[in-house]
Amino acid sequence: MNWAPIRWLLVKDLQLLRRSPLLTALLVIYPIAIAVLIGFALSGGPDKPRVAFLNQVPTEDSFELGGEDFDVVGARGELCSRIECVRVETREQAIDLVESGEVLGALILPADLVEKLRSLGGLTPAQPVVEVLVNEEDPVKAQLVDDRIDALLAEANLRISQTISEISTQYLNILLNGGSFGFLSEDFEILGLRTAAEILSEISAGLAASDPNRAQLAEVVDFAGLAIENLDIADDLLASVSQPIQVDKQVISGNAPGLDAFAIAVAATITLMFVTVLLVAGSLALEREENAYARLTRGLISKGALLGEKVLLGVLVSLVVTLLMLFGLELFVSLDWGRFPIWIPAIVAGGAAFAAFGAAIGVTAREVRASSLLAFMVSLPIAFLSLVPSGTVGAGLYKAIEVFAAAFPFDPALRALGGALDSAGPSVWAALGHLVALTVVYGLLARVALRRFG
Amino acid sequence: MIEVREIGKSFGERVALRDVSFSLKAGEALAVIGPNGAGKTTLLSILADVREPDSGSVDLGGGRVGFVPQQAAIYRRLTVEENLRLFARLERVDDVDASVEAMLEQTGLGERRGDQTGTLSGGNQQRVNIAIGLLSRPALLLLDEPSTGLDPRQRSRLWEFVLSLAAGGTSVIFTTHNVSEAERYGDRLLVLADGEDLFDGTAAELHAAVPGSEGTDFESAFVTFLRERGH
Repeated sequence: MNWAPIRWLLVKDLQLLRRSPLLTALLVIYPIAIAVLIGFALSGGPDKPRVAFLNQVPTEDSFELGGEDFDVVGARGELCSRIECVRVETREQAIDLVESGEVLGALILPADLVEKLRSLGGLTPAQPVVEVLVNEEDPVKAQLVDDRIDALLAEANLRISQTISEISTQYLNILLNGGSFGFLSEDFEILGLRTAAEILSEISAGLAASDPNRAQLAEVVDFAGLAIENLDIADDLLASVSQPIQVDKQVISGNAPGLDAFAIAVAATITLMFVTVLLVAGSLALEREENAYARLTRGLISKGALLGEKVLLGVLVSLVVTLLMLFGLELFVSLDWGRFPIWIPAIVAGGAAFAAFGAAIGVTAREVRASSLLAFMVSLPIAFLSLVPSGTVGAGLYKAIEVFAAAFPFDPALRALGGALDSAGPSVWAALGHLVALTVVYGLLARVALRRFG
Repeated sequence: MIEVREIGKSFGERVALRDVSFSLKAGEALAVIGPNGAGKTTLLSILADVREPDSGSVDLGGGRVGFVPQQAAIYRRLTVEENLRLFARLERVDDVDASVEAMLEQTGLGERRGDQTGTLSGGNQQRVNIAIGLLSRPALLLLDEPSTGLDPRQRSRLWEFVLSLAAGGTSVIFTTHNVSEAERYGDRLLVLADGEDLFDGTAAELHAAVPGSEGTDFESAFVTFLRERGH
């Protein structure tokens, strides 16, 4: 193969890139912008939702439940560490803030909250109620507030129900085994079912066999025995009622890559895709727009070599741009530089497949702007579909999406980069094989389409 | 000697060329004329090896062929010199620097060598376009409507330049819509209409082939010639 024409055309394309300040700036700024955005997103964590907080509970009010102190002030602090609390003095202020959109919602703790909580440990429990006000204008934000407050309340409910369960268990133990019981500032001594059954058994043993009370006492002793047996297992039942389902998570196979690594792989793949597809499609269309294609292919360079040059251009530029983006990300998150030798084949194979795909798009358009628009319109939905996770759509539709995504370079490039960036990611080598196959297929498609390109 | 024998080309159902034959000697200038859609550009693209003929044969005598497409085939963001240098390298010219300098001098663009070609006038872009076609010192130069978009002064300079090449032994085939240009600068004329070659000869012979055209200009005689043959 004669590499000289490829070399001179490559030099020409790089010269053209240098002469297009806007395009060159975009090629540099785009990956840096992506790196900064992803970097901030990964290092900053999610913002706390702003929620108005009206606490009508007296500040000195705290309560004891089952011997455990519930500190309302401390609970408020914990709550406000999860959401951004905006203190308000009245219910009307809370409503105004929610209506104006300054806060996403309002949480109102009523004045009788502690009193009712305290009643849960007594014999006349009353259910405490907290009030949540939500502005439903933005359904996404409303859902966020709902979820965050629901989670907080579920946590509080669980803690209280566990305590109530423990108190109930204590009462049952007193009933079963006897002991002291405090009520209205007075202590009462409870005999307990076991002791009562023993006493009755002793009395029954002292009666004559013909005594008619003996049979009746035996029935009472049997009932006491039955009650003791059943109340013995009530402890476990109460414990399970307070937390009916426990989670026992076991990892059977493989480790999912870290969320950060996945986000970086997605960002790198999107950068790789847009830069390479747009560049190669545009560069090929430019040959026709400048009327140079006919002049080039009449013996100066073969059509196959021209395609090869465009793919090489795409690979070179995408390698530089993607590495630039990863270097930028290093400022925010720590990357595994020990895997750098695997990054390179992943980026090169991804770049080659995207470049061949871009070439197939470029040969269908007569001008650069049309090819760029086409490349953008085709690439974006493919990327979206390739990111649909399993379980979010029906099994049949997901299978169809999988087959569709496998026909384009985004999905294997994402797998290759995911595996290259994180050892817990998917297999790099299978993805590389997939990318090589797609490079060949799209290269052939572009070559066939070139027959009518002139 | 260039020999073209019975070449044919179709695009789907449409016949672009039908058994077109002609020959050309070294240093001869052949003007290909005809109405729109006659097959002029298709003929040149086949001679330039841009397209394959469906039938017939083309013998270009083994020498290099320079092709100047109708629309300037240059990179507008490259300078005049960069365009010439790129195509000289792609043409595998022995001495790239000398060829580029010679073309800059021949086209009179030496002072604009550092200008991006996109900033040049249409006439100057066409000069760069022609210069690229001449870089390899071709034995045959193919020009597809080379004077389109040029003002009269630029046209005159262009033809002066082309005739000097022909005088130096370069065979020239050019297409044009300007019948007067064909009459003036073509040693011979090839008239195409709907893909058929209707005439091959000098302008005087064509004039003579139209009875009663004595005293009329060449353009009128040409139009009558086409009308009489149903075009």
